[in-house]
Amino acid sequence: MRLRYPDTIRIVRLPCTGKVDVGYILRAFEKGADGVYVVGCMEGDCRYNRGNLRAKKRVAEARRILNIVGIGGERVQMFNLSSAEGPKFAQIALDMTEKIKAMGPNPVKLKKMKKAA
Amino acid sequence: MIVADRKPIEEIIEYIKDRDKVLIVGCNECVTVCEAGGKKEVGVLASALRMYFMNQGKEIKIDEVTLERQCDHEYLEEIRNIVDQYQAIVSLACGVGVQFMSEKYFKTQVYPGVNTCFMGVTEERGVWSERCQGCGQCILATTGGICPVSRCAKRLLNGPCGGSSKGMCEIGGEVPCAWQIIIDKLTALGRLDDYEKLAPLKDWSKERAGGPRKVVREDVRQ
Repeated sequence: MRLRYPDTIRIVRLPCTGKVDVGYILRAFEKGADGVYVVGCMEGDCRYNRGNLRAKKRVAEARRILNIVGIGGERVQMFNLSSAEGPKFAQIALDMTEKIKAMGPNPVKLKKMKKAA
Repeated sequence: MIVADRKPIEEIIEYIKDRDKVLIVGCNECVTVCEAGGKKEVGVLASALRMYFMNQGKEIKIDEVTLERQCDHEYLEEIRNIVDQYQAIVSLACGVGVQFMSEKYFKTQVYPGVNTCFMGVTEERGVWSERCQGCGQCILATTGGICPVSRCAKRLLNGPCGGSSKGMCEIGGEVPCAWQIIIDKLTALGRLDDYEKLAPLKDWSKERAGGPRKVVREDVRQ
């Protein structure tokens, strides 16, 4: 298919979205990520039964915490698609990039950069 | 295990907002199992606090460590060499660990990072419920192994009150009637006759009503 999607996205491969931890998401923001999205299998199609449903709850928890710390929970999102949906994957990458670009950079990263300057 | 629940991050922010160096200390025991104060929770809280204060333009150094236990000297000693570097400690252990830390490092402010709730069980992941109140005089032998002190809202020792309805307690919130469970259990054991025996007056002085308690075992004491 050789689809193109924005090169601003760094993919972190996990064996299952059930491996996603709230700490992973927070650490990504602490290290300067402007947004994070988790792409899991379709609900009901998890090879490990509940991995993607667990990820869904953890993404919700990460959103709650990011709202408290002032980064904004809407910078994290979860998507469910099958491995046959390459075009949808590329479209999500594009949509998410545009959404985050419209929101501007991660405020914590900006503060860190200002401090370093 | 001792069951605890996470404190709101906002509350912990209030505790430490005027400090420059803070150590967040987790505990590998009960609070790890109930997912309130283990290594993972320490990491999440520390990360959230660092981002919050950075976003506020405040420089607070927040470090993390998780000890095997916080209710024993030997494990608390592990941070003796670093504790002076911090103005405050947020302990994610239960209230026991927080206090032991506070007693041991007398010049360091120790804040609780969790709300300690009760001694209980994991009914399922994410659901914990109370089983023991540490009353100091266990009566489980006569109640089919089900505790009316911790599980009956009125702590009744001789059968249910009139508020038991269809196996549930009148206080609501889907609390099962402890005495219904006791009777069911005694029936299953074929020992319903035990139910007819009157429980003697309970010595509540062995419970918290008798003041702070202590167990001293001369046979193992050093």
